[in-house]
Amino acid sequence: MGHLTLNHFLVVSALLFGFGMLAVVTRRNAVAVLMGIELILNAANLNLVAFGRYVSGGITGQVFGLFVIVLAAAEAAVGLAIILAIYQMGRNIDASQATTLKQ
Amino acid sequence: MEHAAHHLAPLATQSVSFLWLIPLFPLLGAFINAALGVRLQRKFGKGLVHSISIGAMVLSFMVACGAFVLMLNYDPEHRFLQDTLWNIFTVGKVQVDLGFALDPLSMMMTLIITFIGTLIHVFSTGYMADEPSYWRFFAYLNLFVFSMLLLVMGDNFVLMFFGWEGVGLCSYLLIAFWYTDSQKAAAGMKAFVVNRFGDFGFILGLFLLFWALGGAWHKGADGKLTYVEEAPKPTAIHAVAEHAEEAAEHEAAEHATLDIKIGPTLNFRELRDEIVITSTGMAEKLKSQTIFGIGILALVGILLFVGAMGKSAQLPLHVWLPDAMAGPTPVSALIHAATMVTAGVYMVARLSFIFALSPTAMGWVAFIGALTALFAASIGFFQYDIKKVLAYSTVSQLGFMFIGVGVGAYWAGAYHLLTHAFFKATLFLGSGSVILGCHHEQDMRKMGGLGKLMPATKWTYLAACWAIAGFPWASGFYSKDEILWKAFSQDGLAFPLLGMTPHLGQLIYIMGIIAATGTSFYMFRSYYMTFTGEYRGGDAGHGHGHGHVPHESPLSITLVLATLAIGAVLAAVIGIPMAWTGRAPLLEQWLEPALPAVVRFAEYAHSTEFLFQAIGVSAGVIGWVFARALYKDNKSQVPAQLLARWKGVWTVVYNKYYVDEIYQGTVVRGSISLARVLSWFDKTIVDGIVNLAGAITRVVANIDGAIDHYLVDGAVNFIAGSTLSAGRILRRVQTGRIQTYLYGALVGAIAIVLLNFLIK
Repeated sequence: MGHLTLNHFLVVSALLFGFGMLAVVTRRNAVAVLMGIELILNAANLNLVAFGRYVSGGITGQVFGLFVIVLAAAEAAVGLAIILAIYQMGRNIDASQATTLKQ
Repeated sequence: MEHAAHHLAPLATQSVSFLWLIPLFPLLGAFINAALGVRLQRKFGKGLVHSISIGAMVLSFMVACGAFVLMLNYDPEHRFLQDTLWNIFTVGKVQVDLGFALDPLSMMMTLIITFIGTLIHVFSTGYMADEPSYWRFFAYLNLFVFSMLLLVMGDNFVLMFFGWEGVGLCSYLLIAFWYTDSQKAAAGMKAFVVNRFGDFGFILGLFLLFWALGGAWHKGADGKLTYVEEAPKPTAIHAVAEHAEEAAEHEAAEHATLDIKIGPTLNFRELRDEIVITSTGMAEKLKSQTIFGIGILALVGILLFVGAMGKSAQLPLHVWLPDAMAGPTPVSALIHAATMVTAGVYMVARLSFIFALSPTAMGWVAFIGALTALFAASIGFFQYDIKKVLAYSTVSQLGFMFIGVGVGAYWAGAYHLLTHAFFKATLFLGSGSVILGCHHEQDMRKMGGLGKLMPATKWTYLAACWAIAGFPWASGFYSKDEILWKAFSQDGLAFPLLGMTPHLGQLIYIMGIIAATGTSFYMFRSYYMTFTGEYRGGDAGHGHGHGHVPHESPLSITLVLATLAIGAVLAAVIGIPMAWTGRAPLLEQWLEPALPAVVRFAEYAHSTEFLFQAIGVSAGVIGWVFARALYKDNKSQVPAQLLARWKGVWTVVYNKYYVDEIYQGTVVRGSISLARVLSWFDKTIVDGIVNLAGAITRVVANIDGAIDHYLVDGAVNFIAGSTLSAGRILRRVQTGRIQTYLYGALVGAIAIVLLNFLIK
């Protein structure tokens, strides 16, 4: 087991971000999209903490990370509420069916 | 005869301001009658129309008399009235003023024109009484008088030419007065066209003269032609007295400075000054100038005379005058006897100082005059229409006038002009009276015996015949005699291409004497045929059932005839030759300041002159005797017998030597063929080119249309189509699905990062 450098963390968070993006863009289920958004946020969190440990020192990175977690939770709640509202309107939560923005 | 040395000085002019009234009155009369004549005649009758006309003439005559009286008050050196109104235009060296000038010559002409013009206007009231277009006739007559006055009173070539053209126009209008008759209209056109031929020569001569006076091309030192700039304006030149003793008398040989304009000018006075006063050197310069090897003065003289040939009906441009008899008789009397046809003589007399410099021009003028006199006299022998006889007589007498001004007897030519005006007007108006009396019959074979029926006409006609035949104590004798005598004593003439011909003068004399004999013969023939014997007309009348008898004409006609006949006789007084009285004739003295040319004649004794006068009279007597023998009382059979024997000769002469037919075959046919060729050219080639241009335009337009339709519209449509397709394609981007948009944003962000990473 070698030394863990910053790069390792960055690669992992990039991977996470990529999977999250994939989920957001590809999945049809709205809840799955939300899960993807969580992944993206967690990837960003990981980035923040890693940079806080390896570059800036102190507790800035971690604190920032806490903020993001809170934010993610709130945002997930709101997102689910929106999905609920859409479900009550159209009786499904298929993202590819929500096309009223299309002209 | 030598003239005094007053030629040294430039013409002294007296400035007056009323001369413009003389031509103005006839112009106003013409204008009023032309504009309002129809209405005036309808409302107020013919009386008002002719009153306007005659009133204008009388006013004009009175002003002319006033000018004459004014002129008499001055001494002969200063008789020159000048009235310049304004400058019409000035272009380079050409300066034309609206100016009127009266010197003794133009004063004489003006008096003739206004006096005889007034009389003929009065005559016309009687003669044209039945004419519906009365107002038009009087308007034209007044317009003619205006133009003629402009001609003689204009102080420069341009005004003279304006009048020259104007009288040609009025001549046309009046000859073709009854224009509904196509023959009369054709006669008018013939007069105008032949006049135009003459005017062409006149203009050429004028241009040549103007060019010769200044701005000539000279061969410079380098052999190239260079243009000499105009000489400065009024030059002060030093005049040296030509006679030493006079100089000693006057200013003790002191040089006097004179203000003379040297260079090209159109003004007669300036022209006269710079040529006559020899110290300007202009006369010498002109005499030595040549163009294409021909002396320029000779050419100028000949070309100007071509103009005179047209206007004054000399050979070969005489053809219009006999046809002009188609016009009303007053017109023939005024225009074709007394005034218009004398314009040519006036022009030569006015430019006497130029003609006198060139013996060739003089010889040409005199010879053509003599030839015309002889030619026309011979034709007059056999004509039956009384007006045609008088027409040929006019041509013949004009020939005499040109003999006069040709050989250098300028005052004699002018005198014959004066006497001819009187007796020819009398003859024409007399014939008009006869024609009126015979109910518009003009053939002399249908007349006769009118002496008893129309006594006033007979006596005036006889007096005029006496004058024209040249019997003593009538004016024609003095004028014709002077001309022929001077012709005989002129040995300094030259002929084109022949050089100096000392005996040309004598030849001209012989031709003139023969013509004079002929004149007497045919005039008395016309008299005897018309007035003696028995009346032969009336039965072949113009539908008049009654055997009508001619009666004397009304007073308006006979009074005029009497006045003119008296004038014809009295005009003799001013021309009595020096050989009889020892002093120069009155008219010669009067005209001397206006005719400055010094011409040399051979000297003969007075007895020789008397001999020649006797020959002249006998020529007239011989003619009269023959006429009397053949035609008195129209009883003799000899004319018919002679006609039968010499039928061939008679036919040729009766048909005017077929000159008209020759012209018809050559000039007229040539012109018409040329017109046809040009018309073909115009229709085929010119119109073809125009149509081709049109066709090309059409083709180009079609091409443009195609380009527009296919290329331009295609491009525009293509752009529109591609925009639509692009839009259709791009519309698919807007899926409405957020995930798609997010996907796009992600791809874009990655792309930017990659780009930034790869491209440093």
